[in-house]
Amino acid sequence: MTFYETVNVEYSIFKGASVQNPYLPYPVRIDGIVVESEDKNLKTFKFVFLNPEDEAKFAYKSGQFAELSVTGKGEIPIGIASSPTEKGFVMFTVNKVGLVSSYLHAMKVGDIMGIRGPFGNWFPWEQMEGKNIVIIGGGFAFTTLRSSIIYMLDPANRSKFKDINVIYGARAPGMLLYRDELVKWEKRDDINMHITVDGTDDPNWKYNTGFVPTITEQKAPVADDNTYAIVCGPPIMIKFTQPVLDKLGYSHDKIIMSLENRMKCGIGMCGRCNIGKEFVCKDGPVFTLEQLNKTPREY
Amino acid sequence: MKFIKIEKEKWAVGLEKLSDAYRLFGPVKESDFHNFKRIEKGELPDLICLNTRLSPKTLVYPQAEAMFEYSLDESREDHHIMKEIEKDITPQAVIGIRPCDAKAFILVRKNFDTPEYQDPYWLRAYESTTFVGLACHFPCTSCFCTTAGCGPFHEEGLDVLLVDAEDHYLAKALTDKGEGFLSAAGWDAEVKKDRAAKQIEAEKQKAEDKITTLINTDRLKQIDTVDLYKAPFWEDVAFSCINCGTCTYVCPTCWCFDIQDENRGASGMRIRIWDSCMFPLFTLHGSGHNPRNTKVHRVRQRFMHKLKYYVDKYDSGIQCVGCGRCVRLCPVNIDIRRVCDMMNNYGAGQDTCAA
Ligand SMILES: Cc1cc2nc3c(=O)[nH]c(=O)nc-3n(C[C@H](O)[C@H](O)[C@H](O)COP(=O)(O)OP(=O)(O)OC[C@H]3O[C@@H](n4cnc5c(N)ncnc54)[C@H](O)[C@@H]3O)c2cc1C
Ligand code: SF4
Ligand code: SF4
Ligand code: FES
Repeated sequence: MTFYETVNVEYSIFKGASVQNPYLPYPVRIDGIVVESEDKNLKTFKFVFLNPEDEAKFAYKSGQFAELSVTGKGEIPIGIASSPTEKGFVMFTVNKVGLVSSYLHAMKVGDIMGIRGPFGNWFPWEQMEGKNIVIIGGGFAFTTLRSSIIYMLDPANRSKFKDINVIYGARAPGMLLYRDELVKWEKRDDINMHITVDGTDDPNWKYNTGFVPTITEQKAPVADDNTYAIVCGPPIMIKFTQPVLDKLGYSHDKIIMSLENRMKCGIGMCGRCNIGKEFVCKDGPVFTLEQLNKTPREY
Repeated sequence: MKFIKIEKEKWAVGLEKLSDAYRLFGPVKESDFHNFKRIEKGELPDLICLNTRLSPKTLVYPQAEAMFEYSLDESREDHHIMKEIEKDITPQAVIGIRPCDAKAFILVRKNFDTPEYQDPYWLRAYESTTFVGLACHFPCTSCFCTTAGCGPFHEEGLDVLLVDAEDHYLAKALTDKGEGFLSAAGWDAEVKKDRAAKQIEAEKQKAEDKITTLINTDRLKQIDTVDLYKAPFWEDVAFSCINCGTCTYVCPTCWCFDIQDENRGASGMRIRIWDSCMFPLFTLHGSGHNPRNTKVHRVRQRFMHKLKYYVDKYDSGIQCVGCGRCVRLCPVNIDIRRVCDMMNNYGAGQDTCAA
């Protein structure tokens, strides 16, 4: 056995049955770090698995998240920003907030840590085939939306979806994530980008100015049975976007949202992330608004 | 199924033999209270104890438990990589566990043993344990097990049921594990099935009749979650709560936990520790936002989880076995029996049959 194989010990709990320890992270190495925002609070981390077999075990879909395990500090749930169509690495964009995320921000390429997952459900790709997709994102919640866009634009997948509209806003131009990619998508004719900022004094800014709900009202297609809206953003954006979508006629089973409750285990056991009987980590994080309406909405 | 008569004079000898084959645990008096402790060779569990102050959940699910260890020393090949910790999962036996506390493990298992994920720490400890229960002849006034899916002679979750019969215990072996336990002790005086069963049945009836507090849970499933969540009584229920968390720490069916890394020099351990929905930190986001930011939210979460969410999620009974610990130990006398009734009756007044 190689060293890394011995790390991934399998348990035999019952006679015959062998169970993987779901708390054991896959060891990874930081392979690249990109500062995304001008305030330097957002960094994108690229990881490679130390044990190449682990990449296959980590098979994921756009919309899922993972627990980034910073050894000696703790774990944080972070949406997977890379797409399943991108091979050889996984990517996450992390906002510097508290204990673990601040420590991670100070780490360097080559450092060793761990990843557990993938966890949770994903955007309903099977159900959305053949439909129009409207992506509405604000702030740094754009991570799993990036994954989704890369996934849909992949030559093997683009034909599975009809019109794709993306409304993405940030406070200022320097706060937009994945700027190089945004520019590339902007130039394509198989995706309609509506980039916006709350405000800017940059005279060369050639995109929209205004809050996401306002731009949604102006640019989002009117609802029909064949159109899904995926909404990810800070609570305030979601709050003001919902009435706009209602006005545009989106039914609540066509509005898809992703929640971010405080988490620890990621597997529905530690008990903290629930909204009613649903665990956001395991039964979510992706819910339709129709589903959320039936819960106490503690998020 | 076997019935064995254990003469009390053979009790200590049997336990002594058992301590070669099992790690034994049982109720032991510590200052004013009983708690489950290791019974070393030559010691005896105190079976006078009705209910320990803390539940025995800690024997399967310790309050603090190491999950992994790691080194932060970069000169080591394995630095920053989590490694499994060897656990003692040799057979252990819990002697004198009350039927409610044993049933509680069955309820908790639904959380730790799911189709998608299995918690290896909980499951290995649970599987390595033999539960030797002691039937209750004189339940506390705060017990309400009979209407909480349990009872003073309840067998679910036990491997052996012991019934105290003055100069002897009548032992009912309920599983293979239980039979193994009895034979390891050298207790082999088998008694006639019919007579023993009848005797136990009669004692059981007497004990059940002594439990006079009852709760009603029949309507919990049919009431709409959001309606119940918005019920006006939550402010009143939570008013005096000081969010101390006692209720969740003493409860055999509470399982919430936190995971933390603890470093010492260049090495450390990832540990898990009990946590409580009563604490504001439990749900606080890094951004400062907290979806359960008032004690009303937190008290409601505890009762809704036990009496509504659990019932709906697993299509089962309530997540409470009626042991009464939270009732006895809450410093401000918040009583789950009263809250359960309020929840169960909610909206009943307005409900009229179409016919
Ligand atoms: C499904 C999901 C996806 C997420 N995706 C991203 C992402 O792509 N990028 C990003 O920057 N952030 C994301 N977050 C939020 C991120 O998890 C928190 O910002 C992070 O946990 C803060 O950790 P900390 O240790 O720095 O903060 P502290 O305040 O020190 O937090 C201590 C611990 O509490 C928990 N915690 C605190 N806040 C949150 C929170 N909002 N959500 C979950 N757990 C929390 C973590 O276990 C954390 O280690 C996501 C959260 C969830 C639930
Ligand atoms: S024991 Fe009583 S006061 Fe303490 S948290 Fe529980 S309900 Fe509140
Ligand atoms: S909720 Fe109270 S009565 Fe019910 S099992 Fe827990 S401690 Fe016992
Ligand atoms: S994060 Fe532990 S239950 Fe969801």
